[in-house]
Amino acid sequence: MLEIRNLHARIVDDGTEIIRGLDLTVKAGEVAAIMGPNGSGKSTLSYILAGREDYEVTEGDILYNGQSILEMDPAERATSGIFLAFQYPMEIPGVATMEFLKVAMNEQRKARGEEPLKIPEFLKRVKDAAALLDMDMAMLKRPLNVGFSGGEKKRAEILQMKLLEPKLCVLDETDSGLDIDALKIVSEGVNALRAPDRAIVIITHYQRLLQYIVPDSVHVLYRGQVVKSGDKSLALDLEANGYAGVIGQAA
Amino acid sequence: MPAVQDTIDRVRKIDVDQYKYGFQTEIAMDKAPKGLSEDIIRFISAKKEEPSWMLEWRLEAYRRWVTLDEPKWARVHYPKIDFQDLHYYAAPKSTPGPTSLSDVDPELLRVYEKLGIPLREQEILAGVQKTDASELEEASDNVYKSGRVAVDAVFDSVSVVTTFKKELAQAGVIFCSISEAIREHPELVKKYLGSVVPTSDNFYATLNSAVFTDGSFVFVPKGVRCPMELSTYFRMNEKNTGQFERTLIIAEEGAYVSYLEGCTAPQRDENQLHAAVVELIALDDAEIKYSTVQNWYPGDAEGKGGIYNFVTKRGDCRGHRSKISWTQVETGSAITWKYPSCILRGDDSSGEFYSIAVSNGYQQVDSGTKMIHLGKNTSSRIISKGIAAGYSQNTYRGQVSAHRKATNARNFTNCDSLLIGDQCGAHTVPYMEAKNATAQFEHEATTSKISEDQKFYVMQRGIPEEEAIALIVNGFVKDVIQQLPMEFAVEAQKLIGISLEGSVG
Repeated sequence: MLEIRNLHARIVDDGTEIIRGLDLTVKAGEVAAIMGPNGSGKSTLSYILAGREDYEVTEGDILYNGQSILEMDPAERATSGIFLAFQYPMEIPGVATMEFLKVAMNEQRKARGEEPLKIPEFLKRVKDAAALLDMDMAMLKRPLNVGFSGGEKKRAEILQMKLLEPKLCVLDETDSGLDIDALKIVSEGVNALRAPDRAIVIITHYQRLLQYIVPDSVHVLYRGQVVKSGDKSLALDLEANGYAGVIGQAA
Repeated sequence: MPAVQDTIDRVRKIDVDQYKYGFQTEIAMDKAPKGLSEDIIRFISAKKEEPSWMLEWRLEAYRRWVTLDEPKWARVHYPKIDFQDLHYYAAPKSTPGPTSLSDVDPELLRVYEKLGIPLREQEILAGVQKTDASELEEASDNVYKSGRVAVDAVFDSVSVVTTFKKELAQAGVIFCSISEAIREHPELVKKYLGSVVPTSDNFYATLNSAVFTDGSFVFVPKGVRCPMELSTYFRMNEKNTGQFERTLIIAEEGAYVSYLEGCTAPQRDENQLHAAVVELIALDDAEIKYSTVQNWYPGDAEGKGGIYNFVTKRGDCRGHRSKISWTQVETGSAITWKYPSCILRGDDSSGEFYSIAVSNGYQQVDSGTKMIHLGKNTSSRIISKGIAAGYSQNTYRGQVSAHRKATNARNFTNCDSLLIGDQCGAHTVPYMEAKNATAQFEHEATTSKISEDQKFYVMQRGIPEEEAIALIVNGFVKDVIQQLPMEFAVEAQKLIGISLEGSVG
């Protein structure tokens, strides 16, 4: 589903190269975890996948279902099924969460040539998804992310992910700022989205989240490259021994 | 946060073609010769068939005006206006004054049709000739359901038609052009005209008092709730012609009226002057809600052409427990100089000012309000949202003052500015003065930028760039949009989108 080939990318503003020859393949149905120390390029990778303009790809390619996505803008990538759950979701004052959900869902339907959702159907979907994430409907009447706690913001991200039904989900540090109860609920929400036709990429600093969302593969990112790949035991190994061993091998 | 490069590029490419109302109409006009003198004022007064007291009033204002200098304190820059190089009167030859719809030149009706003005009574009337009475009733019912708006249509210097007059008259409401009011209701005009904005008020108000041509007159008698929305639609068409609108609205004890004005003008290279005076008077327990959707031609991409909109609007809460509310959506004009204000004279009276001012290209906006607290327990509320894009400058200028006797005066002010791109400017200039120790004034101000982060976040959910910006901007102005009469809220939202189109792609 996702194939990243020898990707090199830099910051447009100052030319700093962040991704330096990254290779990664994630199959449909797979849950891949990307781990690595601070500054290894994890969040940058998620932004590049979603099409953020601050980064420029200088070499290599990103294939999604066999097609290069480099020329697509963020909205086009989103409607093609790529979703990024942000580490720091943005506040959108004056725009009720419900309204935002409706606009986003209908824009995606429009891109697929489908009719806008009827209001009762829309409400039903939102209610069902919110119940699963233990979210209060009253919260969804508030402007998106404005005054939400860290945990509420993360839940709202997973709610959007669920409603937009993407094919490639990228979760950037979704566990940061979550207490243990919220972590369980969010993880259950993500696990419910596991499907044979969907790939999930989890970017995380700690092994903690992977206790709840068990990955099929684990990749260690260091200085803009995948330096080691393995199965879920690699995450446990990292937890026990730190990154030093893996990084040492790479260097 | 660095400005979005893409946004800047697109702002550079801003195209005036997006101004939808820039067409001009070829129509035979009856004009005063260029220039301003006592003779010209006599000419205007004669054209309007005014009584002699009105002419005297104008001449007195003119004699004062020649002694005045243009105000320079606003944050706007423009070449000196040659007041002798303007026509002060221009009226379509075919329709020299307000008349019934059937007598209006069809060419004029087409103008309003093209502008999408709800002259809906026109359609009803057109239908009447072919149908019988029962169907007519049905038709009126439909109009009721679809929300009715009475319209006074002002074309350059004259009102060409006022709709629903008869029906309003049944409720006791007078809605007509100011020219007609001067002839038909001189006692009311004499009593109230200039009582809120005196002829000596300021340079442009004094000029207006001398040469005003048309505008609306509304009188809602004691205890009457005006049965429909009233509105005036101002169209400036003729070249090198100033438009001097004069509007007077009076709500007697316990009366209520909601009024909306809209404005457009053709696309021209020359600047045109619109200098209006609007006076509102609310007696005991009366309420006036005044909304403006201002969409004068803003000038082209290089800042050439556009309307100079120099306007004095003031409401007098003359009675106890009276209320005046100004709501404005300002998207047009090359230069806007406008401060709709409230004099809170009656005890327990309240004033409100809700404003959205959008500037793009080389537009300059200097707008805000004055809340003058004179009575006891008076309150005022100011919500201002400025949105600047392109190379525009957007200034909020406001004054809140409490008189010595204004015990327990309360004001809440919130001014937010939103910048799109990094070539524009937003400025906030609040003045506050409390001469009574019990006054409570609160002021909040923020300036923010549509960040790359917000735009990226919204787009990541599948919302295309232009819709993403519109969504963020509409969220920003929501508090004010909610104050507009329902049917105009949607229009205003669209208008804001169109005004920013050049800046977001």
